[in-house]
Order: sequence, then structure tokens, then C-alpha cells
Amino acid sequence: MTDQALVQFTINGQAVEVELDPQTKLVYVLRNDLKLKGTRFGCGTGNCGSCTVLVDDQPAQSCDIPLWSLSGKHVTTIEGLGSIETPHPIQDAFIDEQAAQCGYCINGMMMSLAGLLKKTDNPSDAELMAALDRHLCRCGTHMRILNAARRAIATLKEARA
Amino acid sequence: MKVNQSALNNPDIVQNPNLSDWISIENDGKILLRAGKVELGQGIGIAQLQIAADELDVSIDGIRMIAGNTDISVDQGYTSGSNSVQVGAMALRQVCAQVRHLFLTAASHILNTSIERISLKNGIFSAPDRDKKLSYLDLASTVDLETPATNVVTVKNPTDRTVSGKSIKRPDLQKKLFGAGFIHDLEIEGMLHARVIRPPSYAASLINFDGAALAAIQAMPGVHTVFVSGKFIGVCAIREEQAIAAAKTIKQLAIWSESDNLPIEHAEQSWLRTMPSQDSVVDSSSQPLDHAIQSIEVNYSKPFIAHASIGPSCALAQWSAEHLTVWTHGQGSFPMRRELANLFDMPAQNITVIHADGAGCYGHNGADDAAFDAATLAKACGYPVRLQWSREDEFGWSPHGSAMSIQINAGIDRLGKIVNWNFQVWSHTHVQRPGMAPGLRCLVGIHRDPPAPVLPWTDFALSAGGGGQRNAVPLYDLPNRQIDYHLISESTLRSSALRALGAYANVFAIESCMDELAGLAQVDPIAFRLNHLTDSRARQVLQKVAEQSDWTPNKKTSSQPGATKGRGVGFARYKNNGAYCAVVVEIEVTDRIILDKIWVTVDAGEVIHPDGLINQIEGGVLQAASWTLKEALHWDTTRITTQGWDDYPILRFDETPAVLSVQCIEQNDSPPLGVGECAAGPTAAAIANALHNAIGIRMRDLPLTPERLAEAVMQA
Repeated sequence: MTDQALVQFTINGQAVEVELDPQTKLVYVLRNDLKLKGTRFGCGTGNCGSCTVLVDDQPAQSCDIPLWSLSGKHVTTIEGLGSIETPHPIQDAFIDEQAAQCGYCINGMMMSLAGLLKKTDNPSDAELMAALDRHLCRCGTHMRILNAARRAIATLKEARA
Repeated sequence: MKVNQSALNNPDIVQNPNLSDWISIENDGKILLRAGKVELGQGIGIAQLQIAADELDVSIDGIRMIAGNTDISVDQGYTSGSNSVQVGAMALRQVCAQVRHLFLTAASHILNTSIERISLKNGIFSAPDRDKKLSYLDLASTVDLETPATNVVTVKNPTDRTVSGKSIKRPDLQKKLFGAGFIHDLEIEGMLHARVIRPPSYAASLINFDGAALAAIQAMPGVHTVFVSGKFIGVCAIREEQAIAAAKTIKQLAIWSESDNLPIEHAEQSWLRTMPSQDSVVDSSSQPLDHAIQSIEVNYSKPFIAHASIGPSCALAQWSAEHLTVWTHGQGSFPMRRELANLFDMPAQNITVIHADGAGCYGHNGADDAAFDAATLAKACGYPVRLQWSREDEFGWSPHGSAMSIQINAGIDRLGKIVNWNFQVWSHTHVQRPGMAPGLRCLVGIHRDPPAPVLPWTDFALSAGGGGQRNAVPLYDLPNRQIDYHLISESTLRSSALRALGAYANVFAIESCMDELAGLAQVDPIAFRLNHLTDSRARQVLQKVAEQSDWTPNKKTSSQPGATKGRGVGFARYKNNGAYCAVVVEIEVTDRIILDKIWVTVDAGEVIHPDGLINQIEGGVLQAASWTLKEALHWDTTRITTQGWDDYPILRFDETPAVLSVQCIEQNDSPPLGVGECAAGPTAAAIANALHNAIGIRMRDLPLTPERLAEAVMQA
């Protein structure tokens, strides 16, 4: 058997301890051990952005993050962003714009957007494009996704005013 | 009231003749809608709910829909070909109208009043002078739904519909954007994680995966079963990453013999015309007309393109005693059940196939094969399994949209009218769906030992929408025309249905050629099209898109330093019986084609879910723009060399247009027409026509990449 390691970090604000092969990629820990299924596996090579989560408020591709590197870190997934009962303004904006067709890529994009909004209150369109640059959408929902992102940015701006 | 004449001719009603096949009343009072058309990311779920809610006068919340479950749902074949609303939902509407009538009749008996006096609102039956109110559940025991569906009952008048025509938010997104919601998220207690290890190329055979290699894999952490049969290899492990690690190691250890039997890839797909073909006449007509004063012979092509869904193909399977249950995101649960029965030589009634939503589908992708893989490995390991394909499996083994080659000879007379039109199209088949033809068609069936024979395929007949010849017949008035299809039945890359099938390339060719002829005739491209169109709805979408885009005849948009602007148009009626779609694209040309503005006008008859329609059109346009500007699968004479997203770039956010405006001409008195595929061909042609308008260069081989553009400019 491969060596197991005990790694402590937080998920959506809750402390967790995971004892597994330390090379295990975060996406499998989230989906299969912690049952947080909202993080989607897409390519496994960091090329599509579907599996994006926040690690210490930075967008990161969970298919590419080994468990060992998470020690003491804070991970946020889509489930930590908001719930059906209390959605995050980003989720509200995507629902309002119906900014999805199949919806598979969307959660990763919303996490990148959340990361962007942690960094800057009022991102420019160029910053928005840069934040979404690593994300692929196959259904061709790009225009709605951008509209939803702009709506979320505007809503949060209003809320601060 | 209008009589729905088409109901009895509806193939979905013929297949599922009883009302009870479609609808039942649940003990909690909800109406169970046993829908056959499944959610593939296209938003069909909500449209079916709207149609049923209208016709049954219940709220959407009062309906429980189970789609694509072979134990519960109706068999509506495949969810494909933009037929879900056009055919499938119309069957549903007719059935619901009859169910409503039966319940109204039952209510009139119980309330002892005439049926005209019964009012039905939000699922409650009442009469003005009666205190008693009845629900569907109250009446259920007095209504026999084991009744043949007929067209005796009329469906509601369009003006009486209150739910259809509204853009209701999709219930599935409400889940998916917060957590689980896809097939990938399902778990069965005690399941193992499985992966397949496919051969490196189509013709490869496994020559060595011996005891030592097998033992090495068996010794890897978490590995439960390594299953080898013929050239099918699968592995099941306790944890998902353990299955992936084992699959990776098997890939390194297995030794294959390969052969170089694929044609040499060529930008113009010229290899297609060198292969033996089955030739057929698609359409032909001849009339004595003036001789052409100007003629052209032009050749167009498209490469193999991939479905390339963002979510990999996935399936779950469970055997208990003699019963097999499979969860799939394929397009047809019933055809899949037939193939499974064939694969395992067992009765179909011992198999349950359950649809679960996957990522965007766009046609016959790897979903079906993943299900057959999962069922095979669940049987081999004796546990339920969850199986998922890798990105490499998707590019290497999923069916792809066939490469196509087209030649057009056409001429115009002195009045600028087309007097002869000869259209030749070469393509592989666009249908290799399992369960649609005799014999086993799935990968595991032809890879396992003993292998099923690889059987030849034909293509869809034109009466079934056509495959390679789909939309090969232009909607234009061409009295002298000859249209032939050359089906290449010998296989190269595995091909099957990809959104729009042959219509994408055929419309690209026809609409590019229309622009070339308009240029010869020195007539504005939209005016030239209108000169050859009598279909009034077709004329209207072209006229409307001209207004919408502020089209000015022969306008050449002013040049800017380092960039040249151009605009182009494309039009088609999908399958010549579906939605009408006209697209105008404005581009800027630098070292590449940059999309600036896109306007689309669609006439899809009655619109059930306006926002869903617009979403499908927007997606159709951008996906086709991605195909047109960027996409091609690559191979050498042995293997497909495209493996991942690095090798297969698709449209990115910074490549989308600044404006994408869709307008819909609503015709609520006309039957609804499917819209999923209508924008593909017009978009491709509009882009190529805009390029020609911008810089005077005609590119006829897709995709229109910067490298190809540079070559074309050098040669000009």
C-alpha cells in the first residue's frame, strides 16, 4: 500500500481531516470522500476549468492539486459559495440570466468569478475576461455567462453602495 | 377548436399507443409524465412540462416527470434530430388533451352536470352550482387510462395556452448550479470505480498483456479486477484515482500491434473522393432553360470534428441476480436496452435503462459506449460500477462528425438566374447508433472475445432527415438541378451523428456558392437569394435579418488600419422541414478572423419556451463558429493524434463576438419546429462570406484558421 498521510484543512469553513495517499488529487477527495459533488471533473489536466475551487481565496483547478499541499489551507467549493435556500449573488445572477445550457462548466466559472471578486470589488471587463480565460464552455453559452458575471458584479457593487 | 390531424400519424403515438403509456396519476396527487425525450443540456425538460401543464390545466409543480426510464417512460426512440418538440412534444400534447377530456367527462358524471359546465383550473375540477371540487386524484379510479390515444379530442387553441410561450426558469439548473445534478454525481452503495483501456488505434490488436503485467496491476493499491477479453481491457478499483492509476499503468505495459491503414490527412479532405462509394441520387430535375453565360466549379470541405463535451462520458451499472440496471446519459434508453440485450444475450425485460443528465451531448458521443463498458465491467467484477472515460478516450474512441467533401457546378444566365446546379457530396455515414440496426454496434461488442463482426452501415434516408445528404437539396428554386450523394461505407475514423449532421457542411457549401454566384451576377447576396426563393417564410427571415443587421446592399464596411471589416449572410431551413434560420456575421480580419457582431433571425413556428429557443440558437451559433474557425481532428496513417484540449482548441471567451442578437418570428398558429441544429450551416457560411466581403479571399475548406488564412492570402 502507498503511504497514507493525515492532512488537515478547512472546507467551506469547516475543519476536516483526511487520511489518504497524499498524492490524491483534491477533486476526488471533494467528490468521493466529502460528497461535495458540485465540483465537476472535466479533463484532469487543468485545461478546461470545470473543477475550479478556491484555495485560500485563489481560484485553483482541483484536478491538479495534491492533497498534501492543502495542509492548513482553506478550500471553498460551490457548496460553500451559496445554497439553493441562500444563494450567493453570483449564483442568483446565473439563474436570473439562465446562463447555462448543460451547466456542466458553470460551477467552475462561478468559483473563478468568486475568486476575482475576492481580489477586487469592481473588476474591469478585461479582468473578467482574464478570470474566465482558462474556462471552456462547449454549449456556446459564453454571452449569457458574461452577462451573468456582469450582473453579479453590478449587484455586489450596488449592495456596497 | 382545431383538429390535430397529425396525431395519429405521429410515430411516437404509434409506438406508445395507450394513454397509460404516457401518463398516470400518482398517489400523492401528482401527475406522472412518462416522457421519452430526455434532457441533454438543451432544455427539453421544461418544454415538455409546459406543454403538459397547459393541456392538463395543472401547474408545473403538479407534474412529476420521469424521462428515459425503460421501466416507466414511453419509448420515443432517440432524443435527436431537433425532433423533440417538433414530433415528440406534439404527441405529448395530443395525449394530454385526451387525458384532460376523459377526466372532464368523469367529473361531469360525478358532479352530475354537463361537461361544458365543468371548469378545470390548477388541477381542480368544479362546476358553478356544485360545492364539490374534485382533483385528478379524486377522479383517477373512475378513469381508465388504458385507452388508445386518438386524435378525436382537439388540443387547446394557441390563445388558450397560458404556460407555453413563457420563459420559465429551468428546474434542473436550480440543482446543478448548487451541487450534484449529473450522472457523474450518482453513487450506488458498494460500487467500484472502473476505467477502460482502449487500443491505441482502431486497427490495433493486443499482442501481449501477460501474467507478469497483469500481476503487477493486480498488486496496485485498491485494484479489485482487471478484465481482459480480446482487445477490451477494463479495470475496477475501490477508489477512483486508483482505477485511473491502474489504467495508466496498463497503458504502459500492454503491447499492441498497429497498422497504418488510415488515409493521409489532407486539408481538402481529398482522400474521401478516392475511396469506393455507394452513389445515390438525392434530387434531380431538369427543365430547358437559357444557357449559362457564366459558370463555376467549386469544391468545399469540412474535416472530422469532435463532440468534445466538457464532461466525460460516464455510466453506472448494477447486476442483481439476472437483472441489469444501467444509468446513462445517452440519447436513447430503449435502443440502448436492445443493444444490451444483444450484448449479454438476455431478454430485454431483464434490463432497466435509466436516463441521468450528462454534460452537453450534441449527438452520438461516447455516452452509449461508456454504458456498455460499465455493464461489462460490473458483470466481470461482481459489484456495481461507476465508469468514466478519460479526455483521451473521448478524442480517440468516441464517434466523430464525418469529414465531407462537396463539389458544385453552377451557372447563371444573363438575368442573374441560376440555370444549372450540380451538387456532389462525399461523406462517411452520420449514423452508427447502437440498437438502430441489426448486430452489435458498441465498442465492447466488437473488441471483446469472441468479437462481433464489424457490420457495414448505410446512412439516414432523406425521408428520415438524411445524414451526409441532409440539407443537400437547397430550398432555392432551381429548376435544373442534380444532387448526388456518395456514401463512403468503408470506415476511416469512427463516425456518427454530430449536431446538424451533413447539414453543417452542405449548407456551408450551398450558401458559400450562392455568394459566389451573387458575385458573378453582381447582385447583393441577400437580393440574389430572394431572387431564387418563393417560400414566404424563408423570404421573411432573410428580409428580417437584413433589417435587424441594418444590411445595406453591396456595402463594404470602411477599412481600418491593420484590420478590414466585412459582413456575410447565410440561410437555410433545417432539413427543409424544420426551423428557418438566417445569420448575418460582421467580422474584422487581422491575421485571423475576429467575430464582431452576429444577428440571427429564426422562424420556428410556435414557440414553447422563448428563452430556451434563444439559448439554443445562441449556442448553435457559437458552437458552429468554433467548428468553423478552429476545429479539426488530426490523425496520422495509424492513429488519431488529437488527445486533449491542447490539440483541439475550441472557442474561448475572448473570441466571442461583442454582439450576438437573436430575433424570433413567432408563428403561434404554426406547429413548433426544432431549433437545436438550424443555426450551424448558416453561421459557417456567413463567416466565410464575410471573409470574402472583407478581403476578397474565398476560403472553401474548413476550418478557417489563422494558418490557413495566411496560406490563402499568400496564394491570392
